[in-house]
Amino acid sequence: MNTTMNPAINPATFGTYSTKRVLPGFSLTLGYSVLYLSLIVLIPLAAIFLKTSQLTMSEFWDAVSSPRVVASYQLTFGASLFAALFNAVFGVLLAWVLVRYQFPGRTVIDALIDLPFALPTAVAGIALTALYAPNGWLGSQLGQWGIKVAFTPLGVLVALIFIGLPFVVRTVQPVLSDLDSELEEAAASLGAQRWQIFRHVILPIIAPALITGFALAFARALGEYGSVIFIAGNIPMVSEITPLMIITKLEQYDYAGATAIASVMLIISFALLLLINSLQAWSASTTSKGQK
Amino acid sequence: MSAAYILANPSINNVRIATRESNVIRVTLIALALTFFTLFLLLPLIAVFSEALRKGWEVYLAAISEAEALAAMKLTLIAAFIAVPLNLVFGVSAAWAISKFEFRGKHFLITLIDLPFSVSPVVAGLIYVLVFGAHGWFGSWLSDHDIKIIFAIPGIVLATIFVTFPFIARELIPLMQAQGKEEEEAAVVLGARGWQVFWHVTLPNIKWGLLYGVILCNARAMGEFGAVSVVSGHIRGLTNTLPLHVEILYNEYQFAAAFSVASLLALLALITLIIKAWVEHQAKANRLTEGTFAINRIGITNNEPYVGQRSKA
Repeated sequence: MNTTMNPAINPATFGTYSTKRVLPGFSLTLGYSVLYLSLIVLIPLAAIFLKTSQLTMSEFWDAVSSPRVVASYQLTFGASLFAALFNAVFGVLLAWVLVRYQFPGRTVIDALIDLPFALPTAVAGIALTALYAPNGWLGSQLGQWGIKVAFTPLGVLVALIFIGLPFVVRTVQPVLSDLDSELEEAAASLGAQRWQIFRHVILPIIAPALITGFALAFARALGEYGSVIFIAGNIPMVSEITPLMIITKLEQYDYAGATAIASVMLIISFALLLLINSLQAWSASTTSKGQK
Repeated sequence: MSAAYILANPSINNVRIATRESNVIRVTLIALALTFFTLFLLLPLIAVFSEALRKGWEVYLAAISEAEALAAMKLTLIAAFIAVPLNLVFGVSAAWAISKFEFRGKHFLITLIDLPFSVSPVVAGLIYVLVFGAHGWFGSWLSDHDIKIIFAIPGIVLATIFVTFPFIARELIPLMQAQGKEEEEAAVVLGARGWQVFWHVTLPNIKWGLLYGVILCNARAMGEFGAVSVVSGHIRGLTNTLPLHVEILYNEYQFAAAFSVASLLALLALITLIIKAWVEHQAKANRLTEGTFAINRIGITNNEPYVGQRSKA
């Protein structure tokens, strides 16, 4: 609304004429950051690719394409995708309700949305298992309908919904609360129905944030281990996730096999990270346009 | 905001109806959201505490005061006490370099800092096994010198540092970028030296974001499971952190004990969320008084608190 930027104090142009560095500590802080990053993250990660490159092509292929591993990819990808889609729908709903409506307990619920970020995954895993086990509160109810959740692929889905829940809510919420009410009023005065306004005015504005949140939830679900292994039952070919396959190989002292699967997972997560970064850049540019 | 405006302007009363949902839809949406919230968030949380107390307080207290549980608590605290300060120093240092200076490859560096978030915890543990394990790069050298890293405390600390690596940097980078460098430059022009600038100018501006990052980093450090599980070797009383202790008890069908120890971690999570909400509130209040000045001056007016936006990097 009042964000007309004065070019003289625009931070982007401000930096350009101060060619000489006034502030101290550039080489120290940058040097330390790069050193620490290399020691903790980059060099150890490089170990995966170095170890993988020592395998022959057929060794690598056997490790990453054995039927049990392929079944784990299918489950991990399928469940992660469904969990992220589920969270996209309910994430927008939760964000909408929290931003637009007043009801008792709203602030408490808002604070508890981040629980999956703060609750250790192992705790989430055993709690969900206790709930959905055949004798649990929810499991016994669902059992009457013939639905088994714990120790089936459905259990994996439930755990992944839990850990991915905050992402969409937290990316969409700020965009919704910044939304200019004039846009909706204009649409309404032109005769649009409430649903049409949501579909054609609000949804396009929150779309970049929604897709970013979806991608973040999906990426998180792909690598998730702690919350899943308790509820999954870990039945070979049925309910084993890919991170568990790495652990299984390690327990058999098959370091080459574990590393090969890990390298496949790493390449996928790097690709997702690049995608998410460009999504966030897109999201940031469209939201700032939407605000003016 | 808009509702108040519309209520004050009765002439546009028809707009008020058109930009709001009917009561039926409103109640349905709230009910749906609350059901989802209860099923997926509230019930698991309640389940932890109710399962923990299922066999009464005596079993509960025995489970959390047993020697192995205490050893696990100690190890969890040690790992967090080393990992959090190290990542704090890194976070401040990286945010200073990135927000106060222009250099090539800055965006690439930010992407690299985010890397540990997108790596599976299991892979994070595996990389240290490959470097320091018996068959790893330094494996034979370490065993010659009788140094144990994998299946010992240093491995647990390293894995914890890795998974919590980006937390503080990620909070500080967007915050310090938004604040710019004018105030620091003014301080330097007035004769302040490096540390003085940081302590008296930068730190007061970033304290809430810093605290926020530290809390989240600490919660993850104490709760990490996958990465620590790979490097720990599960030696009871020696290399078990609290989450690993929960797993062992659970797999031994000692459910009440497992949930008792788990309830400590759940309490930690709740405390984290309370402090987080308080910090967000403080940051918002701060911005409404002195903070807004610095931020508005450089042309950024956006209505949310600056903490808690993990997507702004």
